[in-house]
Amino acid sequence: MSGGLVLTVSFLYLGLLFAIAQFVDKRAETKRPLTRNPYIYTLSIAVFCTSWTFYGSVGLAANKGLDFLPIYLGPTFVFVLWSVVWVKIIRICKLHRITSIADFIASRYGKRAGLGGLVTVIAVVGTMPYISLQLKSIATSFRILVGSSESVLLTAPTDPIFFIDTTLIVAIALALFAILFGTRHIDASEHHEGLVAAIAFESVVKLVAFLAVGFFVTFGLYNGFTDLFATAAQRGMTELFTVNADSDYSLWMTMTILSMAAIICLPRQFYITAVENPDESYLRKTTWLFPLYLLVINIFVLPIALAGRLIFEGQSAPADADMFMLTVPLFHDQGVLALVAFVGGLSAATSMVIVAAIALSTMVCNDLIMPLLLRWRWLNISKNDDLTGLLLTIRRVSILLVLILGYVYYLIASESYTLVTIGLVSFSAAAQFAPAIIGGIFWKGGSYRGALAGLALGFLVWLYTLLLPSFAQSGWLPISFIEDGPWGITLLKPYALFGMEGFDRLTHALIWSMLLNIGAYWIVSLISQQTAIERIQGTLFVDVFGHSDDEKDSRYWRGSATISDLQQLVGRFVGGQRVAEAFSGFAASRDINLRKSQTADATMLDFAEKMLAGAIGSATARVMMGSVVKGEIVGLDEVYRILDETSQVIEYSHRLEQKSAELEEATTQLRNANERLKELDSLKDHFLSMVSHELRTPLTSLRAFGEILADNPDVPLEERAQFLNVIIKESQRLTRLIDQLLDLARMEAGQMDWSLDVIDMGSAVEEALAALEGLVQENSVHMNINVPEMLPAVRADRDQLIQVVINLVSNAIKYCNKQKGEITVTVSSETDGVLVNVLDNGRGIPDEIMDQIFEKFHQSAGIGDDKPQGSGLGLAICREIVTFLGGEIWVANDIGGGASFSFTIPRADRQQARLSAE
Amino acid sequence: MSHTVLVVEDEPNIVLSLQFILKQAGFTVRVARDGELALKAIDDYVPDLVLLDIMLPKQDGFSVCEAIRANRRCDKVKIIMLSAKSRDADKERAMALGADEFVTKPFSTRELGQMVKDIVAFKPSVS
Repeated sequence: MSGGLVLTVSFLYLGLLFAIAQFVDKRAETKRPLTRNPYIYTLSIAVFCTSWTFYGSVGLAANKGLDFLPIYLGPTFVFVLWSVVWVKIIRICKLHRITSIADFIASRYGKRAGLGGLVTVIAVVGTMPYISLQLKSIATSFRILVGSSESVLLTAPTDPIFFIDTTLIVAIALALFAILFGTRHIDASEHHEGLVAAIAFESVVKLVAFLAVGFFVTFGLYNGFTDLFATAAQRGMTELFTVNADSDYSLWMTMTILSMAAIICLPRQFYITAVENPDESYLRKTTWLFPLYLLVINIFVLPIALAGRLIFEGQSAPADADMFMLTVPLFHDQGVLALVAFVGGLSAATSMVIVAAIALSTMVCNDLIMPLLLRWRWLNISKNDDLTGLLLTIRRVSILLVLILGYVYYLIASESYTLVTIGLVSFSAAAQFAPAIIGGIFWKGGSYRGALAGLALGFLVWLYTLLLPSFAQSGWLPISFIEDGPWGITLLKPYALFGMEGFDRLTHALIWSMLLNIGAYWIVSLISQQTAIERIQGTLFVDVFGHSDDEKDSRYWRGSATISDLQQLVGRFVGGQRVAEAFSGFAASRDINLRKSQTADATMLDFAEKMLAGAIGSATARVMMGSVVKGEIVGLDEVYRILDETSQVIEYSHRLEQKSAELEEATTQLRNANERLKELDSLKDHFLSMVSHELRTPLTSLRAFGEILADNPDVPLEERAQFLNVIIKESQRLTRLIDQLLDLARMEAGQMDWSLDVIDMGSAVEEALAALEGLVQENSVHMNINVPEMLPAVRADRDQLIQVVINLVSNAIKYCNKQKGEITVTVSSETDGVLVNVLDNGRGIPDEIMDQIFEKFHQSAGIGDDKPQGSGLGLAICREIVTFLGGEIWVANDIGGGASFSFTIPRADRQQARLSAE
Repeated sequence: MSHTVLVVEDEPNIVLSLQFILKQAGFTVRVARDGELALKAIDDYVPDLVLLDIMLPKQDGFSVCEAIRANRRCDKVKIIMLSAKSRDADKERAMALGADEFVTKPFSTRELGQMVKDIVAFKPSVS
């Protein structure tokens, strides 16, 4: 076939593409764009099927059988089972006017240029092999078609055509084409209807071409699938179309995972699916249409591969299976079909290159070059009036650069690889974005540093385990780099890093890069602090369905800029005319009038920022807005700081309040304690004064009678005896008082020597009563004594217990009816112990002193006509003793009027239990 | 006619000793066992001097002193207050209420006897 014909067809095809794009674009200016339907949208997503699919799948199938399938299983899984990821990403892109995958990641992690730049670098480097793959396929297919002789079918000639390397020509031609297509508008987030339409058309072309060859092979050369597969089976190729037990499952897993990541993370897929999406609802159809497209385009992969194998197996030299799409028709002299196949391959390659180049150039321009330009003051970019030209130039140069890079990679590395191997290297690079993207839209905790660390580490591992070895295999690095590791360090062998062997290269690279990528992303995110804007963006991205009104984001712009400031700023990047239109459209939609000198409100600022972001990316847009909006804006951090400070002040004042409340409480406690001290002091004062009184009273008598007897030797004998008797009695009283005081003091201080023993209460009471016999007779009191025979034993100090009974009974004697005194002492057995009751027939105890009667010195005054004899300590001592022994003592007035004193002492067995329990 | 001393005291043994001392010094001694009885006794007759204990049943010595001083008929009655609580506060209060002397128990019988004599002698006999 003549080269001229092929070239003519090629350029005619490209011209047709351009015409379609032009037509659709023109039409879109006045009418509803043709691209606004889910079928076109789905077809445009089929840009996924490149010459890798068109040529490479057949090549892979011819050698490895079904191994080509996982590349299409992954995308099918994502669209059928996990379309929520796309729904979320698309919504986010629309709300934030995201222009590229770099913009997406940078925006999610705080709109900082560093991350966008890194993503761009990874994307460019990672796409390089992929573009080289397309260049290689176009160049090779061109040579085969032009050469078109028996020998050429086996190995394509590599001689230059028209004195220049064919591949370079292809690269430059594609670059020009991409420039024409992709950089006519400046707003990268705007929809390129013409481009999308052309891509969709290409998807149709490649599908038709593929099916044509497939039909020819299956039904022209053979009698359908059965015949073809039967023939292949006879020739021993069964393992190519059956799943074998010894297949490498890890590779299948790896390829499925890689292609799942790729369908989301490949810059061109992200661009065409998310950025160019005209309507979220189209996804519903796409979820089954796109997998269907993949299915259809893969139906004839095996038949063509098998046919190729059958045809060329007998040949002397091994045929290039990647080119079966051309060589099979050519072998059967189907020149037109081969040309159709060539056009199909061309369409597959051009669509990929164009979309990838446009997507990458936007990223290079917005996320790499612009931030740098803004940083270099000498460019004085912020003063330049119209920057649209500059932006377009940067993008155009970027496109050219991307293609040249792809060509360079092609020169360096791709000769020694099959199409699929090259493609998978690119997939692995794109897969590095997955943690940052998926994490970014599902986990608010993902931080800028985490994303940066994960991406950087993953990319480095990718470079080391996939890209560098490909240079080594092509001879650009010593081959020992692969075989022995750099400098002979076997642990660093790029295909067996740290001694991990037994996996294929791809799985090995994926495991290491993802391990480090996800690990670093996760751990660094956990330990690093998010800035305010990261937190906000994180929330906006993760909860995108909860924040659908897109005006919330930058409500925090503080400070002022006039409408004309904004218009001028945005105009410099987007074009004055377009901005004026957009602004008036905005004003109309909100039903307001915009005056040039008017201060822009938050919504207006937000609108301007989003518009700017559409042209130059969110990170750069933020910086540019910051240069115009006066009054120290870049506000979110500040707002948060202010909030923090406010809450600190609030907390501080809260703490102050708390302190003051604490102080108040302490004061109250102090006051109470002081009161209590005063009370105690006065109690002590009272006690001392009472002690003094009780001591001085008998002393007074002693001294008085002592002096009387001393001064009056002539006192009659009878009187003398009386006085001496007083002295004796008062001395005894004094002694008793001192004993009681000491006992009480000891008891209260817990220093009493108790001799506890198990005793019988009955005998103790009887002994006490016997001791009082004299007093009883002296006062002619009638005693009733009820002591039962059998009483439970109690554990007590017998002497002290007797003292209690004596005190109570002697009190009863003092206070009982003077004329006809009667006292009843009753001992009875209770469930818990023994009860002793002493009842007199006196006047009882006045209510007002009832509850003080057991206090020290609360004796007496006013109870009887006569001053009763006693220290006022007796009952206090009784209480001390009974309480110590674990019993209770109380008083009540009897119905008959007399006082009724009772006390209990616990039973010995119960008390034992109680004591041991303590 | 001998002077009369009213002894207001609830301790029988102290009363006994005071009776002995005062009788020996030539006074007529009357005794009241508590504050109420003391005031009743004063209604019956006006003594030349009252020996008034502070700690008394029913009505304490301070209020008895106050009542005596409030009684016109008792203008010339001398009051010696006795206390077993040797507190300065009690002494001040007693003097402020119009007591002529304040004696702390235990007292010296000789000194007390002399004090009673002196005070009564300084005052002309009622009749």
